[in-house]
Amino acid sequence: MNLFAEALAWLADPVHWSGPSGIAARLAQHLAITVAVVAVSAAVAIPVGVLVGHTRRGRGVVVAVAGAARAVPTLGLLTILGLMMGIGLQAPLAALVVLAIPSLLAGAYAGVEAVAPDVVDAARASGMSEAQVVRQVELPLAMPVLLGGVRAATLQVVATATLAAYVSDTGLGRYLFAGLKTRDYPQMLAGALLVIALTLVLEAVLASIQRAAARAAAPTHARRAPA
Amino acid sequence: MVGMPIEFRAVRKVYPDGTVAVDDFSHHVPSHKTVALVGSSGSGKTTLLRMVNRMVDPSSGSVLIDDEDVRTLDPVVLRRSIGYVLQAGGLLPHRTVLDNIATVPVLSGTPRRAARTAATELLERVGLDPSLGPRYPSQLSGGQQQRVGVARALAADPNILLMDEPFGAVDPIVRRELQDELLRLQAELGKTIVLVTHDIDEAFRVGDEVVVLREGGRVAQAGTPSQILTHPADDFVRDFVGADRPERLLTTVEVDGRRLVVDANGRPAGVLSP
Repeated sequence: MNLFAEALAWLADPVHWSGPSGIAARLAQHLAITVAVVAVSAAVAIPVGVLVGHTRRGRGVVVAVAGAARAVPTLGLLTILGLMMGIGLQAPLAALVVLAIPSLLAGAYAGVEAVAPDVVDAARASGMSEAQVVRQVELPLAMPVLLGGVRAATLQVVATATLAAYVSDTGLGRYLFAGLKTRDYPQMLAGALLVIALTLVLEAVLASIQRAAARAAAPTHARRAPA
Repeated sequence: MVGMPIEFRAVRKVYPDGTVAVDDFSHHVPSHKTVALVGSSGSGKTTLLRMVNRMVDPSSGSVLIDDEDVRTLDPVVLRRSIGYVLQAGGLLPHRTVLDNIATVPVLSGTPRRAARTAATELLERVGLDPSLGPRYPSQLSGGQQQRVGVARALAADPNILLMDEPFGAVDPIVRRELQDELLRLQAELGKTIVLVTHDIDEAFRVGDEVVVLREGGRVAQAGTPSQILTHPADDFVRDFVGADRPERLLTTVEVDGRRLVVDANGRPAGVLSP
C-alpha cells in the first residue's frame, strides 16, 4: 500500500476522529486559532490601515512596517517567543498575529486609498462628517480589496497555525510533529491533507463573501472578485 | 423666500506649498441671483467656490452668508445647508439614484422612506423619468448623471447652490439642454447660485452677473453679460470673452424682406424677430 492510500486509511479510521485529541477536536482547535488570530490582527490592522488610507498620512511607515513584518520568519519568531513566554498558546498566537498583520494592513490601506477622490470629495461637500465618509463611502467601496487582505491573511495563518503544535498540544500541526518524531508518515500526510482541506473550505467561504462585497461596491458590474 | 446673500471680504488663499490661489478677492453675491465665476485654470475660481461651504478655509479675509461669517459655523451643518454640484456628478457608485438624491435628507434625520419619496419627485423636477430611481449611476448617461447631481444638491432645499464646472463633462448638445434646465429651475426656485466655469458662453447664458477672473482670483471685470460684452474693461477681458471674434460681431442684412443676422464672416447666425 502506498503512502497516500495509507494516509487515507488513517483518516478513514473512526478511532482517530473521536476523543479530546481526535481529528474533530483538532480541526475545531485549528479553526479556533485561525479565527482568533485573524480577528485580533484585524482589530489592530484594519483601523490603522483605514485611517492611513483615509488621511493619506503615514503611508511610508505602513509600507515599511508591513514589509519588515512580512520578512520575519514565523518559525524563528515562534522559537524566540516560546523561549520568552514558555510552553502554551501565547507564543504561537503572537507569532501568527505578526504574520497576519501585513496582509490585513495592506488590504485596508490600499482599498481605502483606491476609492475615487472625487466621490469622497463630493460626499464630504454634501455634508458627511469624516466618520460618515469612512463608513458610508470609503469602507463599502474598499471592501473587496480589504477582504482580499483578510483572505490572504487567513490562508497564511491557517497553514502556519500548524506551528502551534511546536510549543503546545493544539491544532492539526500535532499530527505533523508526532508523525515526524515517530516516523509515522501516513499520519503526517493525513495531517497535511486535513490542513489543505480546511484551507480550501475557508478559501471558498471567503471568496464568496468577497464576491458579494464586490457586487455591493459596483452593483452594475457582476464581476468576479480579484484572486 | 429667505434671502441668502454671500459676501466675500478680501479673501486670500495660500496653499502650504506657497501657491497663491486667491490673492485678495472681494465680491457680493446678491440673493436669488446666479453669479458665474469664469476664468482659465489657475484663476482660483474653484478655490473661491469651495470657501463658501468651507471645503477650503481662507488664509485671511472672510466669507459671510447672510452676514454670518462661515468660519463660525460647523462645516458639516453648513455643507448640508448648501447644495453642491460638481463635474461628472460625483455620485456614490454603490447607491441607487434615489439613495444618492436622498443622501443629505437621510443624514439630517429624514426617515429613508420619506426621503425616497421626495427624491422621486426631485427626479421629475430635473427632467428625469422616475423609473431611473432604482438604477445605479453607472447605468445612466453623462447628462442624466449630471441631472441627478443637481437633484441631489436640491434635496435639502438649500437657499444656496454651488456649481463647480457642472456641465463640463458632457457633450455640447447635452450641455445646452442642461443649461436651459438650470435656467428653468432657477426661474422656479430663485436660489442664490454661484457657478464656476471656464466657458464664457456658459457664463453669459446662465449668469445674471459674470465675474471674469485673472490669475490669483483677481477680478478683471464684473458685470452683466451685456455690460461685459459692450464695455470690456481691458484687453484681457476683450480677449477672454472673444469680443473681437467673428461670432460676436453681428450685423444684419436684408434677405427676401427678412432681417438676417450675420457674423463678421458673413455667416448667418439667425433671423431678427420683427
